[in-house]
Amino acid sequence: MPKSFQPGERRALEKESKSLAVELKGVYKRFDKVVAVEKMDLEFEEGTLVTLLGPSGCGKTTILRMIAGLESPTEGDIFIQGKRVNDTPIHKRNLGMIFQNYALFPHKTIFDNVAFGLKYRSVPRQETRDRVKRALEMVRLPGVEDRMPSQLSGGQQQRIALARAIVIEPVVLLMDEPLSALDENLREEMRMEVDNLQQLLGVTTIFVTHDQREALSMSDRIVVMKDGRKQQEGGPEDVYNNPVNHFVADFLGHSNFINGEVLGREGEYTKVRVEDGNEIYAPGSEAWKPGEPVELVVRAQKFDLLPDKEDVTAPEINTFKGIVKDRSYMGGEVSYFVELANGTVLHAISMVSLKPYRRGETVLIHVPPRHCGLLKREN
Amino acid sequence: MPRISGWSLIRLYTILVYVWMFTPIVAVIILSFNPQQFGSFPMEGFSFRWYVKLAHNDTILNAFKNSLVLGSLTAVVTTAVGIPAAMAFVRYEFPGKNTLNTLLLTPIMIPEVVLGVALLLFIRWLQQPKSFALLLIGHVVLTLPYVLLVVQARLVGIKRVYEEAALSLGANPFQTFKEVTLPLLAPAILAGMLFSFTISFDDVTATLFWATARSQTVPVKIFGMLRNSISPEINALGAVMILLTISIPLVAGYLSRRFRRG
Repeated sequence: MPKSFQPGERRALEKESKSLAVELKGVYKRFDKVVAVEKMDLEFEEGTLVTLLGPSGCGKTTILRMIAGLESPTEGDIFIQGKRVNDTPIHKRNLGMIFQNYALFPHKTIFDNVAFGLKYRSVPRQETRDRVKRALEMVRLPGVEDRMPSQLSGGQQQRIALARAIVIEPVVLLMDEPLSALDENLREEMRMEVDNLQQLLGVTTIFVTHDQREALSMSDRIVVMKDGRKQQEGGPEDVYNNPVNHFVADFLGHSNFINGEVLGREGEYTKVRVEDGNEIYAPGSEAWKPGEPVELVVRAQKFDLLPDKEDVTAPEINTFKGIVKDRSYMGGEVSYFVELANGTVLHAISMVSLKPYRRGETVLIHVPPRHCGLLKREN
Repeated sequence: MPRISGWSLIRLYTILVYVWMFTPIVAVIILSFNPQQFGSFPMEGFSFRWYVKLAHNDTILNAFKNSLVLGSLTAVVTTAVGIPAAMAFVRYEFPGKNTLNTLLLTPIMIPEVVLGVALLLFIRWLQQPKSFALLLIGHVVLTLPYVLLVVQARLVGIKRVYEEAALSLGANPFQTFKEVTLPLLAPAILAGMLFSFTISFDDVTATLFWATARSQTVPVKIFGMLRNSISPEINALGAVMILLTISIPLVAGYLSRRFRRG
């Protein structure tokens, strides 16, 4: 019997033992000849929101569907709350699922939609009514019980879908690109809504998206994926600031990539000569040996642009002179493409202060060494 | 004078096609109210004489009963068989799927005469007598393709996520079908039943082969009557048939709209 809707009490119960809500061990999935997910281990801690992030076709949705029980793994085991569920059909897994296109039953009223899952849990009628009411209040759409899904807007429909999923008090909430069908402003709002609700209920949530902003803003942990493989796993800041490879650095945010070669340590820095002949200082590390080929990564937001005037004193290292080749004004910030004397073009995004630089203007472009990431060069 | 464009020519042409198609039908209906034995225009009066005579003709009433029972049973059996078959074809993968699907649709393409004889031969081979059951089986074969096509088309349009959502909420596959798939399929099922009923109700060619003396249907009866005499009763009977085949879909459509509005 499901217990009544008491978020606080629920969380307290979960706190007793910090355990795993979902665990994948050596999971591998193949469709005919196409490998969707390479052998993968994943752990989802109780009460956290974990995002599976990656471009389409990276296997993130397949993982979600395997956890849901809509696909079965070719190899490997899936555990939900410590119990192996490979042979448990989806309707016995007690999961809440949110789909990209809401998937509200079009022929049922909002009440019947939200109450749908309770019907199969033998919840008495009065309690059903109370729980549906409370769920609708939680998604801030009270009083719509008698309407039909088609009478609600997209954002409202997704809220109902959320209510329908949480009302059954699932062990895990699975969300498959739930915000991508909404328009920009609404998406922002719903993102916060989902985030707040997840924290309030403390329900373990697995969120699939290709939108890095969604992933960065609401996740406790992010799993970046590509071609069925896990690329990096960690907290949002960790993944954003310390990408482990070119793909992760490129997928999250706007990055500049320049090939180079390590020259050696110099004080607190590691000195790198990049392709165009310039020398750049990156944070010192014993990991890099002189002569090693590396890839330098600099986020577009990390560049400082300074006017090229005599009274301006720019830092001595990592400062270059360039000409603004192109710029696009984006309201709060401006995106510049700056061409250096040796032909290298750098992408810089900076906040608008005073007047944006004009096209053709000579500027000094600087990046602090701590924002210079070094990656092992890939083929 | 308005200019004659290509479009107005097409419009005229369309009207002519409709006139060509419907004039005989309208003529039958009008003549059924003609009091004279041999109808000709202009009519010399108006009477329900032939309808009254029809209502007292036991063999025709019996044939009517047969047609209605047969049509209804065909509709029910065909949909009961057709829905699971359509589900299998659209929702599941199994070897020989396409071949089987094509096979089930062939009755549309095979001439009814061939189908009629084939079923007779088959029943000979089984050493069974002709019966009402044979007639019913035959009509199910005839109408199954229509139900399959209509239900499959609708099923393709019902997104898988509805069923997945129901499953994720704890409904087992059967409950999912009952609560989600079936209600969403309802319009197609209704359409399929109407198709089955009207096709069964109107069929002459194949039914001629299968009907026994006791299980005559109205179209077969009309066919027989035409061979013996040209009674204005046939006009009246024809008018009733036309009325029925046109009004049933209309009423059903109206009811389903009412139903949907709740």
